[in-house]
Amino acid sequence: MSLKQKTLDLKKRMQEALQGGGAQAIEKQVAMGKKTARERIIALLDPNSFHEYDLFVEHSAKDFDMEKKILPGDGVITGTGTISGYPVCIFAQDFTVAGGSLGFMHARKITKIMDHAIKLKIPLIGINDSGGARIQEGVNSLAGYGDIFYRNTLASGVIPQISVILGPCAGGAVYSPALTDFVFVVDKISKMFITGPEVIKTVLGEEISMEALGGARVQSEVTGNAHFFAESEEECFDQIKKLVSFIPWNNTKKAETFPKKTPNTKAYKIKDIFPTDPTQPYDVRNVIRSMVDNSEFFEVQELFARNIVIGFARLNGQTIGFVANQPLVLAGVLDVDSSDKAARFIRYCDAFNIPLVTLVDLPGYLPGVDQEHAGVIRHGAKILYSYSEATVPKITIILRKAYGGGYIAMCSRHLKADFVFAWPTAEIAVMGPEGAANIIFRSEIAAAENPEEMRKQKVKEYKKKFANPYVAAAYGYIDAVIDPNESRKFLIHSIDVSSHKDEARPLKKHGIPPF
Amino acid sequence: MENENKEDKQEFQKFTLDGYTYKTLLTKKWLSHKSYVEKDPGKIHSFIPGTILKVFVKDGQKVKKGEQLLILEAMKMHNIITAPMAGKIKKLYVSTAERVANKHLLIEIEPDEIVESSKSKKIKIKRK
Repeated sequence: MSLKQKTLDLKKRMQEALQGGGAQAIEKQVAMGKKTARERIIALLDPNSFHEYDLFVEHSAKDFDMEKKILPGDGVITGTGTISGYPVCIFAQDFTVAGGSLGFMHARKITKIMDHAIKLKIPLIGINDSGGARIQEGVNSLAGYGDIFYRNTLASGVIPQISVILGPCAGGAVYSPALTDFVFVVDKISKMFITGPEVIKTVLGEEISMEALGGARVQSEVTGNAHFFAESEEECFDQIKKLVSFIPWNNTKKAETFPKKTPNTKAYKIKDIFPTDPTQPYDVRNVIRSMVDNSEFFEVQELFARNIVIGFARLNGQTIGFVANQPLVLAGVLDVDSSDKAARFIRYCDAFNIPLVTLVDLPGYLPGVDQEHAGVIRHGAKILYSYSEATVPKITIILRKAYGGGYIAMCSRHLKADFVFAWPTAEIAVMGPEGAANIIFRSEIAAAENPEEMRKQKVKEYKKKFANPYVAAAYGYIDAVIDPNESRKFLIHSIDVSSHKDEARPLKKHGIPPF
Repeated sequence: MENENKEDKQEFQKFTLDGYTYKTLLTKKWLSHKSYVEKDPGKIHSFIPGTILKVFVKDGQKVKKGEQLLILEAMKMHNIITAPMAGKIKKLYVSTAERVANKHLLIEIEPDEIVESSKSKKIKIKRK
């Protein structure tokens, strides 16, 4: 055979493999409102940047007449490419091939590209669309999942791992996304659960739809398993592209610096968006927008535990991780969910050299039997742990209330924040004036002719004396009380001077965070 | 984002904490949280959803502490439910082959001794 013939033969083989599950299966996929695996990769990556590997991999199953079946690429597409010029490793499960079911070779393709990503120190993106384990392959498919989970764990904190759920991702399979950094879901397409509606019905007799059990909205709003919610696959890919621009390739690098842009201080004027009365609500995201480049804030887990806000923005072109109490929702209290949400994000930023800015305005922890019984002690401790553990530059601005345990938890000086600023509206105290006055002046109030009058007066006295930033400033717990309009200036300067921060920690194998 | 949250459309509400009354939005989770009810030690609930495989006792029957009351089959496991204290079966709420949800009331026992609630329980330490 001549080279030409050999090349033609190669093209023919490729053509066959590229058909995936064939026209009928592709039609079904499209009818479900989904793109095919290859279309997804092409839509996500830069044009012509995708290079596919292991196209000719065949499955290895021998039982149940499987040896007679041909599964092109064994139901998963793997390769490398770029997103806005950033190199990435990528895999996409092909639902048109045996329902994207995971068999031995399918898993081998995934673990191979994962190993590549870890070695090449570049982000890994996994697009999940699979019916689950390939039952015909028995324990080999279980082994495959285990191999993937193990690598997810090894890669955690070394390279960014992004999971995109574009179809079912059920049973054990869903633990791979759970081990990765960011999970993207699309309304009506993504379905994630450990035991599906059918199992629940047979075992428990409870009826529930897939959507209500583990649809995109549930995973984004209720469980917090997903970090980004999109209405369509296109919107989802745009979100991924945006996220990739904010994060570094790996844990030895810093995120790419972008050209500096000023915030839109006309649209986000502090005096218009920020009420000084601590009982009045406002959207803390507007305060972030008033400080950051181009007033652009890229929120993470927008729909989950909305009493805390997390996300990325840039200061002078540099990526910053923001954590802020949200007075708009539940007065911005800390609770089980918001602690989990913030703690994980803090650890992410610390692992990937992203400086942290914390904006504080909270009345404390949420009281309640359900909170206590849900383990608010253990969950709340995660925030203390992750802030204390973090060695990236940590800058805190106390906007209004910072009472009690909440003050300590929100990256206070005591957890080794590098810089702590306060607005003149800040109130830093061991507890709210009302409660504090009741305890301190208990006997005076009780002995008074008019106890209620006395109580009110004492609360007023306490407020005047302690509900301000100056007591904490007098002890040096706050570095500077600043004009709110100068916040950006102070932030940029403190990030600049901390750019070579090097903080040693005691040598250990790893800590034991209150998981 | 297009998909505005339902909570955004809701009016600001009052939320009192530590002497301050805040104006804020309340979440679905917060609004749907249940108030705590103290447990009655005589009431035995299922701890897992499943099927009642066998019932060993009848209404009015005297039982000793640790005596087998029924078998609750769940996840292919036969869970033996035993009496947490000595007493009389006040009422049997389930029968054989019945499917029960989690936290379903199975049996009510009238204890021989009045079991005080955990709050007022006195702990005696015996010294040898």
